[in-house]
Amino acid sequence: MYAQLIKTARSGITPRDEMTDQEREFQDRIDRNEKIEPKDWMPDDYRATLIRQIGQHAHSEVVGQLPEGNWITRAPTLERKAILLAKVQDEAGHGLYLYSAAETLGESRDELVRLLHEGRMKYSSIFNYPTLNWADIGAVGWLVDGAAIVNQVALQRTSYGPYSRAMVRICKEESFHARQGYHAIMQMAFGTPAQKQMAQDALNRLWFPAMMMFGPHDSDSTHSEQSMAWKIKVKSNDELRQQFVDQTIPQIEYLGLDLPEPGIKWNEERGHYDFSDPDWDEFMDVIRGNGPCNVDRLAARQKAWDDGEWVRDGLMAHAKKKAAKLAAE
Amino acid sequence: MDPLFQFLLRLGDNTLVLGHRVSEWCGHSPVLEEDIALANTALDMIGQTQLWLGLAGEVEGKGRSADDLAFLRDAWDFRNVLLVELPNGDFGQTMMRQFLFDAWNVTMLGKLMKSSDQRVADIAEKASKEAAYHVERSGDTVVGLGDGTPESHARMQAALDYLWPYVGEMFASDEVDAAMVKAGIAPDPSSLRDEYDALVTRVLTEATLTKPDSKYAHKGGRTGYMHTEHLGHLLTSMQWLQRAYPGAKW
Repeated sequence: MYAQLIKTARSGITPRDEMTDQEREFQDRIDRNEKIEPKDWMPDDYRATLIRQIGQHAHSEVVGQLPEGNWITRAPTLERKAILLAKVQDEAGHGLYLYSAAETLGESRDELVRLLHEGRMKYSSIFNYPTLNWADIGAVGWLVDGAAIVNQVALQRTSYGPYSRAMVRICKEESFHARQGYHAIMQMAFGTPAQKQMAQDALNRLWFPAMMMFGPHDSDSTHSEQSMAWKIKVKSNDELRQQFVDQTIPQIEYLGLDLPEPGIKWNEERGHYDFSDPDWDEFMDVIRGNGPCNVDRLAARQKAWDDGEWVRDGLMAHAKKKAAKLAAE
Repeated sequence: MDPLFQFLLRLGDNTLVLGHRVSEWCGHSPVLEEDIALANTALDMIGQTQLWLGLAGEVEGKGRSADDLAFLRDAWDFRNVLLVELPNGDFGQTMMRQFLFDAWNVTMLGKLMKSSDQRVADIAEKASKEAAYHVERSGDTVVGLGDGTPESHARMQAALDYLWPYVGEMFASDEVDAAMVKAGIAPDPSSLRDEYDALVTRVLTEATLTKPDSKYAHKGGRTGYMHTEHLGHLLTSMQWLQRAYPGAKW
C-alpha cells in the first residue's frame, strides 16, 4: 500500500441497470472472481484507476530506495549491509515489475515517471519521512513492509491478472524483508541501552506514519466503493489498518519496547486492539507535498533522471548504431 | 606482518571499498535497471569481502572477524588499490572504474582458482563467476557509452583519462607478492598485465576510446603507504556506528 487515496476514475458506483451490456458482462466476470487480462475489454475508468494505483505503487518502490539507501553506506556490519543492498535491489525490481504491469494497460514507464516528476502522480506518504537512526532501517522492514504486506496479501486477489500476479511475487520478497527488519530491531531492543533507545525512537516516530499508509477512514474515503466493486481494492482501509495493529502490538510487547501511543488497549468486546487516529491533517500535508522529505525526495529523483539523460541517450544511440550495422551486414 | 594476511587484506579491501562506492548510487542512477544492477554489483562486492576478510582474520589468528577488519581499522591499515577509493564522479566514471577493476579482478581470480591454498582457490572459484558477469556488464556499458553520442563519448574519454594513472598500481609487485609466488598461492601481479591489456584494449577499441599514452602510475594504496584523501571520508561513514557504539551487536 504503497497506493493511497487513489482517485477512482468514476464518482460513485454505477448501478447495474445503468450499465451497458459490455459493462454488465465485465462486472459478472469480476463477480465470478475471473481475472481480467490485458487484451480483454475493460471500462476506460477501470483501466485509468488501475494505472493510477499500479503507477503509484511502482513510484513508491522506486522512491522507497532513498530512505533506505540513506543508511547503506553506514550499515554497521557486512551482513547488514548485504541484507540492505539485497532488499533495496528487490524493491527496485518490484518497481520494474509494476511499471511493466502498468505497460500492459497501455501506459509507458517514461510517461508515469514524467507524471511523478511533475508532481501529478504520488508515491506512498511513508517515504516522505526521514530515516534518522539505524533502527529506522529495521523499523522500515518491520512496520512499513509489514503494513504493505497486509495490504498486498489482500491484493493478490485483485481482479487485474498482471497486478495480481505481481503481488504474489512481491509478497514473498516483502515477507522476507519484514522478517529481516524485525530481526534487526530485535537485535537492538535486546542490545545495549543506546541500541534500545534507537529502537524505541524509531518505533515512536514511524508508528503514526505507518498507520497513515492505509489511507483515510473508510467513511472519508470517497473513492473506494467503485474500486471495491471492481475488486481493484479488496479490503477497506480500516479493516487493513486494524489487522496491522492487531498483528504488531504483540510484537512490540515481545521486544519489551513501550507502546508508541497511549491509546493502544486491548478491547475484549471487539476482540481487537483500540488505537488512536494519526493526525489526519499531517497526513494531508504530506500528501500535498509538505511532509518532512517531499521536496528532497522528488528533487533527488529528478536529479537522477536529469543527470542520467546523457547515459540513456548514449546507450540508445549505440543500440541504434549496432542495429544499423547488423542490418547492413 | 604475515604476507598471506597482507595479500588477503588487499583482495578484501578492494572489494569492500569498491562495494561501498558503488552502493552510494542507490536510488540515484540514470535508469531503474541500473539501480538494480549497481545494487547487485555492490552486493557481490560485499559478499566477496566477507569471504576474503573472513579468511584474512582466520589466517591472522588473533580472533578478528571480517567485521572487525572492515570496521575497526584506520586508513593506514587499508590495503586496497587507490583506483577503488576514488569518488564515483558521474555514471560514466563509475562504470569506467568498475570496468578497469573488473578486468583485473577476473584475470586475477582466474589464476587464484589454481592457488596452492585451497581456501583461496575456493573463494576465487565462487567470486570468479560473479566477476565474469561484472566485466561483461561493465565492458558493455563502456562500449555503449564510448560509442554512443558525442557527449557520452567525451565523458567516457574524460573518465578514462582521469582513471588510467591508477591502473598501474594493480600490477605492482613487492615482497608480499614475491612470498605469494614462492608459496604458489598467487601469481606475480605484473604477470597479469598482458592478459589485462589485451582485454582492456579490445573493449576500449570497440568503445572508440583512446588509451592514454602515459605510463605514470599513482601508488600507495596496496602497501598502505599513502592513500588518497578520499578514503578517510569513506571510512568515516562506513565505520561510524561501530566506532560510536563499541561492543554493540547489530
